[in-house]
Order: sequence, then C-alpha cells, then structure tokens
Amino acid sequence: MTGITNVLIAGLGGQGVLTASDLLAFSAFEFGFDVKKSEIKGMSQRGGSVSSDVRFGKKVWSPMIPPCEADYLVVLEPTQIEPNLFMLKEGGLLITPKEIDLNKLPGKQTINSALLGALSLFLPIPVEIWFKVMSKIFLNEKFEKNKVAFLLGCDSFVKKPVNVSIQNNQL
Amino acid sequence: MVDEEKLLLTGDEAVGLAAKHLGVALGTGYPGTPSTEILEYFSEIGGKAQWSPNEKVALEVGIGVAFAGARALVTMKHVGLNVASDSLFASAYTGVYGGLVIVSADDPGLASSQNEQDNRRYAVSAGVPMFEPSDSQEAYDFTIAAFELSEKWQIPVLLRMTMRVCHSRTIVIPKKDLTSKNPLGYVKDAQTRVLIPAYARFAHRRLRKKLGELKEWSEDCPFNFSIFKDKSLGIITSGISFVHTCEAEPDTSVLKLGFTYPLPIKKIAEFVNQVEHCIVVEEGDPYLYESIRASGINVDGKDESYRFGELNVERVRNIIQKKPESERKIPPGKPPQLCDGCQYRIVYDTLSRLGCIVSGDIGCYTLGVLPPFNAMDTCLCMGASIGVGLGLRHSLSEEKARKVVSVIGDSTFIHSGITGLVEMVYNPPPTGHVVIILDNQTTAMTGLQEHPGTGRKLNHEPTNRVVIEDLVKAIGVKNLHIVEPRLGSDSFEKLLNESLNKEELTVIIARRPCLLASKKLKKYQRCEDVKKEVNREKK
Ligand SMILES: Cc1ncc(C[n+]2csc(CCOP(=O)(O)OP(=O)(O)O)c2C)c(N)n1
Ligand code: SF4
Repeated sequence: MTGITNVLIAGLGGQGVLTASDLLAFSAFEFGFDVKKSEIKGMSQRGGSVSSDVRFGKKVWSPMIPPCEADYLVVLEPTQIEPNLFMLKEGGLLITPKEIDLNKLPGKQTINSALLGALSLFLPIPVEIWFKVMSKIFLNEKFEKNKVAFLLGCDSFVKKPVNVSIQNNQL
Repeated sequence: MVDEEKLLLTGDEAVGLAAKHLGVALGTGYPGTPSTEILEYFSEIGGKAQWSPNEKVALEVGIGVAFAGARALVTMKHVGLNVASDSLFASAYTGVYGGLVIVSADDPGLASSQNEQDNRRYAVSAGVPMFEPSDSQEAYDFTIAAFELSEKWQIPVLLRMTMRVCHSRTIVIPKKDLTSKNPLGYVKDAQTRVLIPAYARFAHRRLRKKLGELKEWSEDCPFNFSIFKDKSLGIITSGISFVHTCEAEPDTSVLKLGFTYPLPIKKIAEFVNQVEHCIVVEEGDPYLYESIRASGINVDGKDESYRFGELNVERVRNIIQKKPESERKIPPGKPPQLCDGCQYRIVYDTLSRLGCIVSGDIGCYTLGVLPPFNAMDTCLCMGASIGVGLGLRHSLSEEKARKVVSVIGDSTFIHSGITGLVEMVYNPPPTGHVVIILDNQTTAMTGLQEHPGTGRKLNHEPTNRVVIEDLVKAIGVKNLHIVEPRLGSDSFEKLLNESLNKEELTVIIARRPCLLASKKLKKYQRCEDVKKEVNREKK
C-alpha cells in the first residue's frame, strides 16, 4: 500500500519492545499521522520473542504489517533478527544495536530509545515531538536517560546511503 | 498537531473508556489475555472494577448489578465464557433491567490460550445479540451501542472482540454528548427473574420474540453497511477481517457487519444480488458463511485451511483469490521460559527427578512441560489438574498411580480448583493423592493481577484475604504442608517423596512470591504503610 510507513520492532520479553513501539506510535500520532500499532505479547514476561508492528501514514487499515512489507526492522536483540527478517521488504532497512556505541549507553534498558533515535533519522517526525512523548512515557530520571540514549542513536547511526524510499513525508 | 479530542487507544482501553463515559456502575471479570486490560484501564481512569474468583461469579455479579437497574460490564477471555456459560444462558432468559454487556475476547491464533474457539457461536446458542468491533473506535462506539441496546430490549449483549482488536492501538474520537445514567432502582419481578419451569417457558418465548425484533433492527442499524465499488466481486466481512479486506481489496464492494447476531439476512441478500460474485471473509469458524448459506443465499467461503490462526492482509488476499496458504516458512521465535530463580524451577526439577506423572494446569507454571523439565503430562483448562489427576489415580496400576501429582497455581486453585479438592476428599483414590498448590501470590501468567488469595483488590488496595491453607483444611484435607522450595535444599524433595509414599490425601502449598511480582508487592506494601501512617496521624 502506498503512503504507509511500516516499522517492525522486535526483541525479547523485558527489553522494552512494547515501550518502544508505543513511543513510536504516539510520536507518529502527535505528528498527525493515522496510526495503528499491534503487538504479540502473550507470555512476554518470561523472556520469549516479542514483536510489535507500527504503521502510519494518511490512512492505515490493517494493524498488522503484511509479510515482506516492513520498511524498517528495528531489532533489540541480535538473535531476534533471523525470526523477523522475512518481514522486511526488499531494500528495507535493518536497525540493530550494532549501530549504537553501547559503551556510551546510559543503561542497558535504554537500548530501545537509542534504536528509535537511529530510526528517527529516516522519519519526518521532529525531535521535539519524540521528546514530548518520551516525557509522558518515562518519568524524571528515566526520561533524561532515554533522551541521552535517543540522541546517541541519532549520532551514532552512520548515515550511509540506503535504498529506502521514504514515502511518508506527505500527510 | 493532534486535537485534544483524539486518542490513540487499544481496543481494550476503548471499551474501558466507553464504560467510564456511560457511568457503568461496576466492571467485573477474571483476568485472561486479551481481555485483562479492559477492567485495569477502567479502574485506572476512575471506574469501579473488581476481579472475581472466576468468570461465572463475575457474570453473576454483573447480572445482579443489572437487576438492580444499574449498568454492568463483564469481561473475560473466550474460554472464560465456557465457565460463565450457565449464567449466560439463564440471563438470556431472565433478561436484565440495567444494561449488561459481556465482553468475550477471543484468541484466534492462540497467542496465549489453550484453544481458538469462536465465541460467536455462543451468541447463537444462548440467544444474545452480538457486536463485533474491528478497531478501537468501533470498540468504543459498539460498547455504547451495546448498552443502549441492552437497556432497550432488556437483554444481555455480547461484545465479541479478538486479540488484534483488543491489543492494537488505533485512533478513537470519543463522543461528547454522553450522559452517564443513574441506576433505575429496584423493581421486584419474580415472574421474569425466577426460572422455575412454569415461568421459564414464558421466558423462552419472550427471548425469541426479542430476538425476532432484533433481527429487524439488525437490517436497518448503522452497524451493518455496504460500500459499493467495483461490483464484479462483493465481500462480506466482520471484525478485524474488515480492515484486512479494505487493505487487500481497496476497490471491491464490501458488506461490513458490525452487528452479527441476529444477522441482517435481507440486507445480505440485497448485497449479494448487487454483485456478480460474493465471498465471505472471516477469521475463525465459518460462522457468517454457514448462517448465510443456511438462509438460502449463495455465497462462497474460505478454504478450510484458513479456519486456523489469525487472518492478515496476505491471507485475506489468498482467500479472495482462492489461493492456497503461502508456503513461506516462518522461523520460530524464542519460546518463553520460567524466570531464572523462579521457585517453579525447583518444583519441576524435583517432579522430573522423582518420575512423577504430573497432571498440570494453566499459568506461568505450564512452562514446566518444556525442556529441561519435561515435567507435565496433561494440561487442559483451568482447574482440570485435580480432577484429571484423581481420574488417573483411580484407574492406573497401583505402582503408577502412586506417582500421580496434581499441580495448580494459586489463582487457578481459587478459580476452579476448590471443587476438585472437594471431589478428592469425597471420593479419595485408593492410593490417596498429592496436590501441589504453587502459591506465588499473584496471577503471573496474565500480567500479575490480584486475586482473593492476595488480600488486595484489582486496584491493589487491601481487602479481606481468602487464606488458602484454611480453605484446604476446612474441606477436610488432613495432610497439609506449607513450604518454600529453595535452591540447594532438599526439604521439598523429601516432603514430596514422603507424601507420595503415604497413600493419603496431601496438599503441599509451595509458597514464594513471583520474582516479577515481588517488586510490585513491596510498592503496594509501602503504599499501605503510608496510608496507615496518615490515618493514624488523623486520629
Ligand atoms: C477460564 C479461563 N480463564 C482465564 C484464563 C487465563 N489464565 C490462564 S492461567 C491463569 C491464572 C494463572 O494464575 P496462577 O494460577 O496463579 O498461576 P501463575 O501464572 O501465577 O503461575 C489465567 C488467568 C484461562 N486460560 N481460562
Ligand atoms: S513471572 Fe513469576 S511465576 Fe512466572 S516464571 Fe517468572 S518468577 Fe516464576
């Protein structure tokens, strides 16, 4: 479908996949997109695979990204790349912790925000909106840490030429 | 920027919000994915909500609220309605006074359930009208419509949701002009509400009359509508399948059914007449397809392979194009595991080492079936561990029977294990029996909800506690042990071994808080302490 951006976020239970997808969904929503987000969170607290689909654009119907149609695959845990790779479209972009300077990360739990920072480089959503949403999702100290992680993600992603057509810049 | 009146809610939250806006007097339910968040959200935004020991009780409390003339919302997962079905069928006969809406949250695809039953069948067999929302806006709107309809026809209404609708976030624009309703007050009406045969015969006729009227209403209601585009193909669809269909086939004519029992057969016939060819696209059982065909209308359905699992855009495309299932092999993800340091690990280690035949139950602890433990032989539905274990004891050879152990969680025990224990005391097997209650002081499986044994209410405030050991003793079990299985100690193994050799009736309560719940427990405790402190100062 044209005009829709599909982001699949995946990882293991407890890593913050669902927080990340909420953050993305609410940011896209704040920006003015139609948004649908769905997730499989069955028994996620016991460390199993978790994934969440976020779709936004002018009009989104299904909350689920059809196979091979994800524009971006954001994976919080390297072992979760393989089970989700089939969702990525040809020429889609994979974002993993490899892009992040993990030594500078203010806590392991902020990897989700760092990866979203990297993703944000490809989306039309301004950083103020991300931070506004972040401030609602994370309280006080957590908010500050996640902000740092997000900015780290923005910096450390080597902006190489990627063959992703960004289709969502028109509302 | 988004205007204030637009929200991004899950389907569950949308139902909770509608309930709040409607002034629902009480929300009752029992946790179960994907329904749990409805009452949690309703409570969070100021609604009065409570967990019942099981779904049957939850529905009965809801019926009472509605008899009293107030509005009640009752929530459960699909299998919960099996437990509550006796009350459901009866309440269809008695009808209600205040509005009663029952949410059944189905789980096609088994994200976190033991089966993928399609509860639309319940609407038909019990005779209760049914709505099927396809996104959060509809979840909100249909909840409102369901209460209106329930009050107008004095009948309980089923709001049938599915996992994707419950857990997906989509945009909701709330209504501005809603007024919450004051309870209507109590009116005694024994002829309607007492189902002795003499009254129930009338009740059945009354129910069928209401359903006849609702069939007419269904024809003209705004929840069933056609979108005419290219007429070479028409698609009839409902629930989440509708949005998949709109994406898969944007140029095709669609009949969208939001109110799916009683079905608008005339409207369906008209739609089918207007298109060259018509196919029904639905998730789960072929409920719409069979009902439409049974009315003599010629429509196509999906291949049997699409009865299984969730639909998505790709599968909907394949259904419409009459293609077989995609052959793509999806690599398996990582299965969940018992947390490191969870007491269950020690229990299952021991059961496995002693070669027990384990009649299991549903909860976090069902993971004991997986390696490295492989320590569960059966697990069917909540509460079944005790009855099934007793059956095994009754019929296996003595040597084998002595190895049978029933394992059940604390929330599950209160949900439906108590009657199993009564059966054990009343009809003891010759070799006795051993029941292990895994008491982690929470309902971990569904996300750490309270239950009567925790002594805290849905909103974590303190209330009376049902003391499991007192209950067990009162039922008449003589051998009762409370232990805390710990790594590096063999006391649990010793106790289990002794109990198995005793040939008596034994209950072992293995008690240690769930690790994930512990943190939260401390927080609630702190809140309670602070409150007590404040109250003392006030005095
Ligand atoms: C009839 C029914 N209602 C609800 C559920 C969902 N469910 C499965 S297990 C469970 C309770 C688990 O709690 P507990 O027995 O305390 O075990 P724990 O998960 O804490 O180990 C619930 C609510 C279900 N499967 N069936
Ligand atoms: S969530 Fe709690 S009960 Fe479940 S495995 Fe972890 S520690 Fe055990």
